[in-house]
Amino acid sequence: MIRLFKVKEKQRELAENTNGKSSFTKQSAGEIRLHKDMRELNLPKSCSISFPNGKDDLMNFQVTIRPDEGYYRGGLFRFSFKVSPIYPHEAPKVKCNSKVYHPNIDLEGNVCLNILREDWKPVLNINTIVYGLYHLFTEPNHEDPLNSEAAAVLRDNPRMFELNVKKAMAGGHVGDNYYSRCM
Amino acid sequence: MTDSTAQVSKSRDLDKLLLRPGHLVGPTFDPGTELRDDIQEYVKILVVGAGGLGCELLKDLALSGFKNLEVIDMDRIEVSNLNRQFLFRLQDVGKPKAEVAAMRVMERVAGVNIVPHFCRIEDKELDFYNDFNIIVLGLDSIEARSYINAVACGFLEYDSDDNPREETVKPMVDGGTEGFKGHARVIVPGRTPCFECTIWLFPPQVKFPLCTLAETPRTAAHCIEYAHLIKWDEVHSGKTFDPDEPEHMHWVYSEAVKRAELFGIPGVTYSLTQGVVKNIIPAIASTNAIISAACALETLKIVSGCSKTLSNYLTYNGVEGLHTKVTEFVKDNDCLICGPGVLIELETSVTLRKFIGLLEEHPKLLLSRASITHRGKNLYMQAPPVLEEMTRSNLDLPLFELMDKIPKDIVHVTGTTSKSDKKTSSLMKLRVIFKGVDGVADMDTAGGS
Repeated sequence: MIRLFKVKEKQRELAENTNGKSSFTKQSAGEIRLHKDMRELNLPKSCSISFPNGKDDLMNFQVTIRPDEGYYRGGLFRFSFKVSPIYPHEAPKVKCNSKVYHPNIDLEGNVCLNILREDWKPVLNINTIVYGLYHLFTEPNHEDPLNSEAAAVLRDNPRMFELNVKKAMAGGHVGDNYYSRCM
Repeated sequence: MTDSTAQVSKSRDLDKLLLRPGHLVGPTFDPGTELRDDIQEYVKILVVGAGGLGCELLKDLALSGFKNLEVIDMDRIEVSNLNRQFLFRLQDVGKPKAEVAAMRVMERVAGVNIVPHFCRIEDKELDFYNDFNIIVLGLDSIEARSYINAVACGFLEYDSDDNPREETVKPMVDGGTEGFKGHARVIVPGRTPCFECTIWLFPPQVKFPLCTLAETPRTAAHCIEYAHLIKWDEVHSGKTFDPDEPEHMHWVYSEAVKRAELFGIPGVTYSLTQGVVKNIIPAIASTNAIISAACALETLKIVSGCSKTLSNYLTYNGVEGLHTKVTEFVKDNDCLICGPGVLIELETSVTLRKFIGLLEEHPKLLLSRASITHRGKNLYMQAPPVLEEMTRSNLDLPLFELMDKIPKDIVHVTGTTSKSDKKTSSLMKLRVIFKGVDGVADMDTAGGS
């Protein structure tokens, strides 16, 4: 390609390119793919999405889940999503922003959902994750605990667990921890 | 007299490649001293990364007769680099890698000029990258490769027959190593697969289930990840963990040790902690040397045509014995980063609404209910409703205005295509050209965009 390089060098000396603006503007492949996910988004009625940084930042968004069945019925839970530029090679980072009494979500908002970590595949999408999160509220699981106290109560005394969830959602203490109202 | 003999001996091996004709040469190979001199004068190469591979690359390229090199790296030298990043000395610790590497190679190889850039790759303007004939990558992350790839492919233009315009092709040579394994590949955008065409080549990172970390750790790595992912946030609310901050790393290490003791798990060490948290596999100097040599040779081949270039992906494995293999991966013609996209010519008066309608009728597209993005700006989103509402007001504006009056540019569209009654959602790249807009006449706005 040396000949071409020489020609280009001479051209450059003659004139700085007039119209050769590149079409790349820091839009990553991940962002482009996320665009498709957003268009395909088909959320259950109990879930909604919002974009705190406006219409041009799809990489950071929030999902609100309001379960309509199960222990958490009537509660309102916010999750923040942070999508990497190499999405979908890497799963989005998801945190629960509402403090919740839940066996699979710890008090820092870490979520134990297999498709967010060990079982993530690039064919999955934002919709899958939201359904996965929703499922955590309808079917909390004591076998994969992040909050082991809550998990033990769910396993040994489901009735007590139900009361604890209600107490936490209404705003109050369960054990040593205070939960703010989220109904 | 002494000068000329020194000259001959210095490029003796290179001369064997560049001055003599051969059978396995590229189609445009024109051997002779002019070629050798032109390479020195005209070729400008950027080396991305001045770490393990970068040090080797700078040395190899300088010794291969390239005189105009630049290097970009955002890191400073650490003690743990010294075993393999051979351009650095103990007294250099804390100094920018790019600067020291450039200086050391210039001291040792007469006549070479290396300009260092101590900054992030994202900090440079696109024009910076366009100035180089070839970009050689010695990186350790997918993100950085993906970024440079998108920049280089962004320069690529296609003619009306969807053939790449040669003068816009920015070749890349990418090296990568991990322990005893490595790869070298040649990326000629528009001709060979780009980084995104084959991103599936990278295995997914090993990630442990959070609940395992929290409840049932079984290995030293589990204990470290617990300290890193769960305990850190619990103790340092709001403060982000920085893996390059030794204090943070020591904290994670000591927490991991406590956790390991609690569960009777052996094997937590400081270096393992670094390895797990930063995803590091111990670097092997000889792997870097081998991969770098392959990359430098490919660079010389691309420039001179003295041999056919690697097609297009070489893997090296020195774990047991030695195994190398070259695989010819195929380009994804629909690649959103390097592919041509579908050419669409428009009047400047066409509104976004009309444009979306045109996509539905376009025989190559038949794309209904399209969402449109341009340079990271979402011009119109069909869904979710919240975004539709935010972008609806754009529908009756001319697309030309929405695209900042750029006469030709790429837009990405997502929509539904139906082929033989089957509806699928697809994401496409379009090359939009506005008729009757002269790039020069439009300087005012183009310059400001």
